[in-house]
Amino acid sequence: MSIVESSPRRTVGRFPRRTRELIVRYAILTGVLAISIGPLLWQLSSSLKGPGEALFGTEATLLPQDPSLAAYATVFEQVPMALYIRNSLIMCLLTVASQVVFPTLAGYMLSRRQWRGRRVFYWLLIVSMMFPFESIMVSLYLQIRDLGLVNSFVGVWLPGAIAAVNVLIMRATFAAVPDEVEEAAMLDGAGEWRRFVRIYLPAARGSLVVVVINSFIAAWDDFLWPFIVLRSEELYTLSLGLARLSASSLSFDPRVLMAGSVIAIVPIMVLFIVLQKHFFKGVESGAIK
Amino acid sequence: MTTPVTSRRAVARAASPPARRRRSRGGATSGAALHRPWWVPLLWTAPAVAVIVGFGIFPFVNTVVLSFTDARPLGGGGSWVGWENYARLLTDSDFWLATRNSIFYAVVAVPLLVVLPLVLAQLVVNRIPGIGFFRTAFYAPVVASMVAVALVWQSLLSERGPVNSALQQFGLISSPIPFLSDTTLLLLSAIALTVWKGLGWYMIFYLAALANVPRELYEAAELDGAGPVRRFLHITVPGVRLTMLLIAIMSGIGSLRVFTEIYVLGGATGGLGGQARTLPFYIRDTALDPIAGNAGYGAAVSVALFLLTVGLAVLSHRFGSEKEEA
Repeated sequence: MSIVESSPRRTVGRFPRRTRELIVRYAILTGVLAISIGPLLWQLSSSLKGPGEALFGTEATLLPQDPSLAAYATVFEQVPMALYIRNSLIMCLLTVASQVVFPTLAGYMLSRRQWRGRRVFYWLLIVSMMFPFESIMVSLYLQIRDLGLVNSFVGVWLPGAIAAVNVLIMRATFAAVPDEVEEAAMLDGAGEWRRFVRIYLPAARGSLVVVVINSFIAAWDDFLWPFIVLRSEELYTLSLGLARLSASSLSFDPRVLMAGSVIAIVPIMVLFIVLQKHFFKGVESGAIK
Repeated sequence: MTTPVTSRRAVARAASPPARRRRSRGGATSGAALHRPWWVPLLWTAPAVAVIVGFGIFPFVNTVVLSFTDARPLGGGGSWVGWENYARLLTDSDFWLATRNSIFYAVVAVPLLVVLPLVLAQLVVNRIPGIGFFRTAFYAPVVASMVAVALVWQSLLSERGPVNSALQQFGLISSPIPFLSDTTLLLLSAIALTVWKGLGWYMIFYLAALANVPRELYEAAELDGAGPVRRFLHITVPGVRLTMLLIAIMSGIGSLRVFTEIYVLGGATGGLGGQARTLPFYIRDTALDPIAGNAGYGAAVSVALFLLTVGLAVLSHRFGSEKEEA
């Protein structure tokens, strides 16, 4: 802001210093842009190229000369893509639901109410965050096995159903609600559940958006754990299906592979772009701080 | 279990300052008296407590116990073997190779992930026209699925892929660089992918931190004739030092957790003959293979991985506070 506005008169060369800085800034931004979304654009372009077009080498063009959806047709015909998408969506909905409901309830009790066991719960949350998933996955697998949940959606969902970090996010969010608001509602005679739903939940909208996006992305993206738990292909999520696709003979045509990965990226990009305004707002208002 | 969520675990831990904790404890005046009836809070929190304890804390204790047994992934085994698994670790060259790979990963990735996102954040912190577009675009790789983008990178870096053909076209190389078949290059390619996908994520943390660096400092420095580079080094960097430490720890732990990048870029074996396997990769291979798997031994490797993450956090912290004194 300030760098752009308050302009010292000093000029070097043709432009005032601040204009030059701005030009350099945009140049760098564009360069970084090429690196950050270049691979994604290349992927999209390759997936749309016709069968006769070169993907690699000197003849390869930036944009498809003979655009075709053939690769997408192939991927849906040869691989149960629709099934993978359905499975991924089920995993995402399960995870988002549990990550919204339970951390909200727990975060509320943790920040707004006094009860025996509150501090113990808080420390359990903190301690649980010290263990990286990969260092406990052997035990998690044996636990899931003993519960008879190997090769099931519940087995994939359960260990990550409620993340401690989301409880802490909701706790911080509710702690920031001014006491007066609730006191007013209490005078109106609203019960606890009513106050929670009518006052606290709306106040937490920004954080909830962050929680929804993060858990959706996490569940959609997850690879190692479903890879360990799921055995039969009918239960595969998109990530697993894609890895399988890349190991199959279909991967000899990169167009097909790129079409498959576009399908895996687009839904989540759409979700993110739709919600991104709230997301960056939520982040700025301190939801992840 | 979900990757970004767990990788964010460290965030909340480091990012919940004692001040806020204290404030919230005393802040809710309406909560000064114990909640009545007493069982309502327990009811509301029960699902969270159950999952956090059952799948967050118990598994660690269980892992330590398992590491002294010969438990099998399909059931059976599980008798006490004492320190045998740990003794085996010491002479297991595959374990040491995986450890070396994981440490190499962290050593290369952490500095990049501490510095580059900060530069990026500095570039997009000011509200110049179009900045919203740039911010969103820089965040796009974070949102994209890892397996999908790893497949894209695999194509980009293949022998005939655009990167090699571009380098050849400009006459920089005569034969293609074996990005995905040479073990070291494979690790470096995976690191590049990790860094590329992590840039936007860590940029967000820096953006939040930069909002707290007083604007006047920049104005004053500018009046003194300090250029962008000097302003960056003398105002931005000191202003976000704590965030840098936090990101060093987060990205370090993230590096030790890498599996998917190697699996997709290097193939199911983890590079030629498993030479590029990281510790999580090795844990999966040793512990969870249905036939040859040894969960007890895998648990011992898991404990080693845990100790490595602790060591890394302590090291970053020490390094961070030394810088503070200097």
